[in-house]
Amino acid sequence: MNELSLPQLMGFVATHPVALPIYLIVAAMLFVLGLMACMLRRNAIGILIGIELILNAAILNFMAFWRFRGGLDADPTMSGPMFGVFIIVLAACEAAVALAILLNLYFNFGSVEVDKMQQMKH
Amino acid sequence: MNSEAANVALTGWQGANIAFWLITIVVLVSAFFAALSRSIVQAAFALFFCLLGIAGYYVLLGSAFLAVTQIIIYVGGILVLLMFGILLTNRPLQRDLPYSLWLYTLVCLSGLLLLAAIETVIMIAPWHQAATISAPASDVRPIGNMLLTKYLLPFELAGITLLLCLVGAAYLVRRRER
Repeated sequence: MNELSLPQLMGFVATHPVALPIYLIVAAMLFVLGLMACMLRRNAIGILIGIELILNAAILNFMAFWRFRGGLDADPTMSGPMFGVFIIVLAACEAAVALAILLNLYFNFGSVEVDKMQQMKH
Repeated sequence: MNSEAANVALTGWQGANIAFWLITIVVLVSAFFAALSRSIVQAAFALFFCLLGIAGYYVLLGSAFLAVTQIIIYVGGILVLLMFGILLTNRPLQRDLPYSLWLYTLVCLSGLLLLAAIETVIMIAPWHQAATISAPASDVRPIGNMLLTKYLLPFELAGITLLLCLVGAAYLVRRRER
């Protein structure tokens, strides 16, 4: 695997269907990028963007597991897409409340940088 | 390699393969910019392409309904909300202060370490794949049936949560009489 040259890699990609671990790796990359955004950002909305990336990585995992377990025929309860739908609904709730809180913080502190928020009450 | 034998059951996977790798390039590049771009407006725009690409993944994985839901709610709702948040709370054209170098290296190193750990586990684990994977079919009818039978309680709870969140958000940003 380590000595794979680029043409060999291209040939492998062209002749092998995408399998479960590849989806898991892509989701892991999305998760780590979201986590890095959460750790690195000063702007609270940047942290929110990182959280959205993490949630999407989770949905991608659910969908990949559902699909490669057999999809619709093997699991007619649609657990994968159902998890996805509920996660998206809860993400919408979370974004609405988080932005309301951020607007309040902006009125109180004059910015949304998390480093400056060190008091509970202004 | 039983996984290869299993995947032969998928017909017409070459086109899906090309689509997958194209989408992967878009998603990973835009996720990188969304996570690490200095300008927050740029990050939100990168998130737009990232979410669209992930909707493409859902189509490839056999749930067109979830893809449409993702585009309507995530791209059309949450992202617009984020944009409003950015433009209401920020001087948007001003760039963020530069991060301190040691924090940057620390975050990048720990992120790479975590990624390496997760990928090692993924590579080592013996993933079981089903022998036959059903061909992509319309999934709207089964999702509708399941929402009103098996998932009725979570469905209602999600509705109540949405209502409470909207009321709470409107309450939080109300104009205060001082």
